[in-house]
Amino acid sequence: MQANRPGQYLLVLLGLALFLCGNPAWAVQPLRIGLTPTFLNERHALIADWRVYLESKLGRPVAFVLKDSYEETMELLHQRQIQVAWLCDCPHVTANPEFRLLATPLFQGRPYYRSYVIVPEHDKGTRGLLDLKDKVFAYSDPYSNAGFMNPRYALKKRGIDPDTFFRRTFFTHSHRKAIEAVAVGVADAASVSSYIWETLDRQGPALTGRTRIAARSEEYGFPPLVAYHTLPAREFDALQQALLTMTADPLGREVLERMNLDGFARPRPEIYRPVGEMVRFMERK
Amino acid sequence: MGLFDLSLRHKLPLWGGLLIVVTALAITGSNLVLTRESIKKNMLVRSEILGRSLSRTLYSAISQDDVWRAYEIINFPISAEARHPSFQLEDMIVLDAKNRVFISTQPKRYPLQRDLASLGSEFSSLKARLEQNDGRMLVQESGRILLAIPLVAEGMNLGTLVLLHPGDYYQTSFDRVLKRNTWTTLVVLLILLPLTWLWGRRMASPLLQLTERMAELGQRLPAPLPERVYPHGDELGRLFQVYEQMRHELSDKEALERQIVKSDRLAALGRLTASMAHEINNPLGGLLTAVDTLKRHSRLDPIQAKVLPLLERGLAQIQDIVATLLVEAKAKSRNLTHQDVEDVHTLLAQEAKKRGVDWKWHNDLADTIVLPATLVRQVLINLVLNAVQAAGEQGRVSAHITTSGDNLLIDVGNDGSGITPELMEHLFEPFTGLNEEGQGLGLWITYQIVQQLHGHIEVDSLDDWTRFVVTLPTGAPE
Repeated sequence: MQANRPGQYLLVLLGLALFLCGNPAWAVQPLRIGLTPTFLNERHALIADWRVYLESKLGRPVAFVLKDSYEETMELLHQRQIQVAWLCDCPHVTANPEFRLLATPLFQGRPYYRSYVIVPEHDKGTRGLLDLKDKVFAYSDPYSNAGFMNPRYALKKRGIDPDTFFRRTFFTHSHRKAIEAVAVGVADAASVSSYIWETLDRQGPALTGRTRIAARSEEYGFPPLVAYHTLPAREFDALQQALLTMTADPLGREVLERMNLDGFARPRPEIYRPVGEMVRFMERK
Repeated sequence: MGLFDLSLRHKLPLWGGLLIVVTALAITGSNLVLTRESIKKNMLVRSEILGRSLSRTLYSAISQDDVWRAYEIINFPISAEARHPSFQLEDMIVLDAKNRVFISTQPKRYPLQRDLASLGSEFSSLKARLEQNDGRMLVQESGRILLAIPLVAEGMNLGTLVLLHPGDYYQTSFDRVLKRNTWTTLVVLLILLPLTWLWGRRMASPLLQLTERMAELGQRLPAPLPERVYPHGDELGRLFQVYEQMRHELSDKEALERQIVKSDRLAALGRLTASMAHEINNPLGGLLTAVDTLKRHSRLDPIQAKVLPLLERGLAQIQDIVATLLVEAKAKSRNLTHQDVEDVHTLLAQEAKKRGVDWKWHNDLADTIVLPATLVRQVLINLVLNAVQAAGEQGRVSAHITTSGDNLLIDVGNDGSGITPELMEHLFEPFTGLNEEGQGLGLWITYQIVQQLHGHIEVDSLDDWTRFVVTLPTGAPE
């Protein structure tokens, strides 16, 4: 069920797109945007409202393509199935000449987020990653910084092999599911995006209340929206403008409020450099 | 008094109720035993179906080492079960090929990577069995019920799915059935028991009435049963019919006995009277002859002359009374004719007219009937005179004289005040007057005549009509 869902939505959206193409009023190719678990990509009502906002600003149809996997979404970009995607902050994305940085979300007023190491609420002793030796650890996605690279980097920096440090690791392919894995006790700990944890926490403590933040990483640039380099400049500018001016529009403000974001800013590539260094460090033997 | 000596009023409802309760319990009990077995079997089958349907997707999750997907696969039925408990699925454990915990619905109790044998005795024995298993499903009942379904595809064993049920995991369903059955039984009993009680009472009540009446049999004629006490055609109904029949026969017999006693008494009285009359008649004749001789042949002083007629009159009165008492049917008489009856009519018409009685006379006789005219006339006169007197002023009297077959019927009625039961008992005895006039010998004489003519006389005194009916067989009397 879970695994098929994104595929089903893709089909529905494709169907919708085909229908819209046949309609003279929308005789324009929709702008297709890929969403990953960087964002809470299962909040369909919110996504629908965001689409309405973007369509009204761009004057053309917009279609969101939801995928649980970063890799798959990136592949869609390369195949030009989608023109824009909200991915991770890893250098494959931020430092890739084929991608252009479109906009960086502002979380808590700033274009940054962190990685949280979370443990079950009843685990009062764990102070950081080093207390988790031989525990079961949940990652979100192998391309996620907060959900995969960051904890492994922290271990390796201390000379610890992240592949043998934990008794068992597994991927949940979503920050929300990683939080759930810790909440229900499948994992003893997980590394998740602070944005996802805080946003879920604001929605209600049903899930996050059963977890405790054991450690916070340093700040990283918030995963940006990127466009494939083939997207025409006019369209790139129109979309960037639509995102940057969301705070000026009532519907835009409402969508941002529900996203738990304060707006979108013009991206500054330098905020993503530390991640690049991190990846290079990890690639060293 | 023992249980078996109880009144049917209690015994019938008690036995009926007991039978119903025992039957209800037996049916419910056997039903429950069967249900328990089938629930247990059903649940194992459902558990197996669930396990087998999960095993396909689990196989793929294990082969891709996707712990979280495996967790989502097994957690969904568990959370559904928690919302709507139906077959008490407690936990599920997915084991890898080395019988270590791959994932479970209770990761705290069954931690990942933990060896199955280290989870407790029931699991170590399960492990031992799994190691010797050849790909078939295992069911282990030791406290809890463990269903182990191998995750096998194309001959490759990737692990095992273990479904854990509490040992009494069918108990909840069974309790539900038990509760429903108990209520149904109670409702049925609640309907049937009062019905049985009513039926018992209905059967017992007429029997009790019958018993009470039968107990009176020796002492007096029992009262009749109430109308329609048990109007059915079964044996009980027949019993009541037979009782009523018996009561009627007893009543008739009693009436007959009373009649016989009365007849006997009258007959004895008749014999006594006749013999007394004879005994008196003989000396009386002598006395009268002596008085006559005295009157004729001796000279009487004044006192004698005064006393002798007194004596003569007294003796004559005695002779009259005795003669009246001594009804002699043997006297030769001519046969009765139509005119004889009409003569009586003429004779009594004056009396009737004097009293202002409404008078109906019906003489239906043929010319001659072979019956002594004098006696029949005497009977007719007595009855009609009595009727006229009883009817009183402005009363009604009717007399029908007819023949029916070989019988002469004399039917005389009046609308007077009737005859009291006390009087009826001694009606035909001498000196039992119906009225103040006369000596009360009229009916006695009538009775004697009817007896001697081999007839019979019937009286019935209803509310406003008193009838005397005399039936006399015609033909030559002795």
